[in-house]
Amino acid sequence: MAYLLQQMINGLTLGSIYGLIAIGYTMVYGIIGMINFAHGEIYMIAAFVAVIAFTALSNAPLVVAILLVLLFTMLITAAYGWTIERVAYRPLRGSFRLAPLISAIGMSIFLQNYVQLVQGARNKPVPPMVQGGFTIMDDGGFTVQLSYLQIMIVVTTVVLMVCFTQFINTTSLGRQQRACEQDKTMAALLGVNVDRTVSMTFVMGAALAAVAGVMVTLYYGVVDFYLGFLAGLKAFTAAVLGGIGSLPGAMLGGLLIGLIEAVWAGYFSSEWKDVAAFSILVLVLIFRPQGLLGRPEVEKV
Amino acid sequence: MLRIEGVHTFYGAIEALKGVDLHVEEGEIVAMIGANGAGKSTLLMTICGVTPARRGQIVFDSNDITAERTDNIVRRGIACSPEGRRIFPRMSVLENLRMGALTSDPARYDDNLATVFELFPRLKEREGQRGGTLSGGEQQMLAIGRALMSEPTLLLLDEPSLGLAPLVVKQIFEAIHRINSQRRMTVLLVEQNAHHALRLAHRGYVMVTGQITMTGTGRELLENPEVKAAYLEGGHA
Ligand SMILES: Nc1ncnc2c1ncn2[C@@H]1O[C@H](COP(=O)(O)OP(=O)(O)OP(=O)(O)O)[C@@H](O)[C@H]1O
Ligand SMILES: [Mg+2]
Repeated sequence: MAYLLQQMINGLTLGSIYGLIAIGYTMVYGIIGMINFAHGEIYMIAAFVAVIAFTALSNAPLVVAILLVLLFTMLITAAYGWTIERVAYRPLRGSFRLAPLISAIGMSIFLQNYVQLVQGARNKPVPPMVQGGFTIMDDGGFTVQLSYLQIMIVVTTVVLMVCFTQFINTTSLGRQQRACEQDKTMAALLGVNVDRTVSMTFVMGAALAAVAGVMVTLYYGVVDFYLGFLAGLKAFTAAVLGGIGSLPGAMLGGLLIGLIEAVWAGYFSSEWKDVAAFSILVLVLIFRPQGLLGRPEVEKV
Repeated sequence: MLRIEGVHTFYGAIEALKGVDLHVEEGEIVAMIGANGAGKSTLLMTICGVTPARRGQIVFDSNDITAERTDNIVRRGIACSPEGRRIFPRMSVLENLRMGALTSDPARYDDNLATVFELFPRLKEREGQRGGTLSGGEQQMLAIGRALMSEPTLLLLDEPSLGLAPLVVKQIFEAIHRINSQRRMTVLLVEQNAHHALRLAHRGYVMVTGQITMTGTGRELLENPEVKAAYLEGGHA
């Protein structure tokens, strides 16, 4: 029981990170109907920027350092998101359907190699910064730990997701994004700058992935240029599980994938934990392709 | 206020508009009638820059808007209730109207909303309902209301009566008349319902396979034997 609880705490932490990344997949899919396979790399770049920034700020007080690193990483990563859309996807809009997908895969490989070249192939560590936590249960030998860092990750994620959902639902830009998602031509006919709105969607997705990148840097204390591949695939799985295009779906999917993976790793084998996530992807695609919270394809109008 | 000269529009190799000339003056209601596939909707979409003209010129308020981007054209004061209504299905009625108000002064939002609700009281009752679940007539009212929210100087309407019950058609045409006479709004109206449209309009054009074949006042066209034979016989008159 205590062991299960511990795995669930770990799973929720991981799931928060997946959820933050998954939002970028789901929003981009919603607005331009493509899977941005370079999104995992955006997250990886965020982790590297975080390492560099943390190192530069190693003498600053911890809270200040974390806030500054978050801000800085979000800005840099958002610029990457914006540029990727401009360079790799926008020129292909209106081209055949697979073109942007191929371009996305190319962009993903390019970014991996670029980071490897610039930062080196070796792991980059950061010293542990947020330490300590609570022991919330002691079950004759097995203690359940809830670290401050885990609390920080989950709380940050929840707060961000609530704010972000509010943003999409109530602000003018959020409404313009939803309008573009539903009918781009009509949105343009009402004065929406569709290209700019698509750009903003990439920027937002990248900024949220940046938060995930900073969190994972703190959590694992080490990053490498391959980090985005698996995490990206899992976040993508999360988005599909929740229902691609659905914002709450991405969050729910992220948490579920994190939980499933942690529980699987805890009870079966951690070697095979990646298989769990992808088996779920296959099952979802077969039995519920629209995902848990996705809407079925038929619509009036 | 709107002058279109020698406009050609293509879908790939298909020439949908084959040199259209037309003008709309301030305060007018101008009707465009024509059979299915004549190019009426294409003309409206060409004005809005959705399917830009390949040749020819479109001038609005003495600005050349032929090659301008759709959202910029719209910001100049043109609003469109397009073919198929294109209501945002997963937005509420109120949100759809808010989208319409994107380009107008936020300070006038409440006034404009009140005007639309006064014109179409049904929309107020349905305020919170999702656009996709409205009836066809309600969607049409919403499409027109949404266009009005931007306070346009030129209103483009594509077949506002399509598929609606006679009573609703009457309501919609009355609304167009009121918009034009009370708010001095210029209207370019595309219609299959030639009888209603020509009675309402000051002037009209007849379009056949991408070309204007006839023009005149509403009354002239209504009494024209060719128009009668082609567009008015069989019910409406
Ligand atoms: N997206 C498109 N691709 C190819 N051809 C098109 C497209 N849209 C319209 N057309 C063609 O252009 C011509 C004009 O179409 P348009 O929709 O403007 O006609 P319309 O006068 O509005 O007809 P209706 O009264 O049926 O709405 C038609 O022959 C149509 O088949
Ligand atoms: Mg049409």
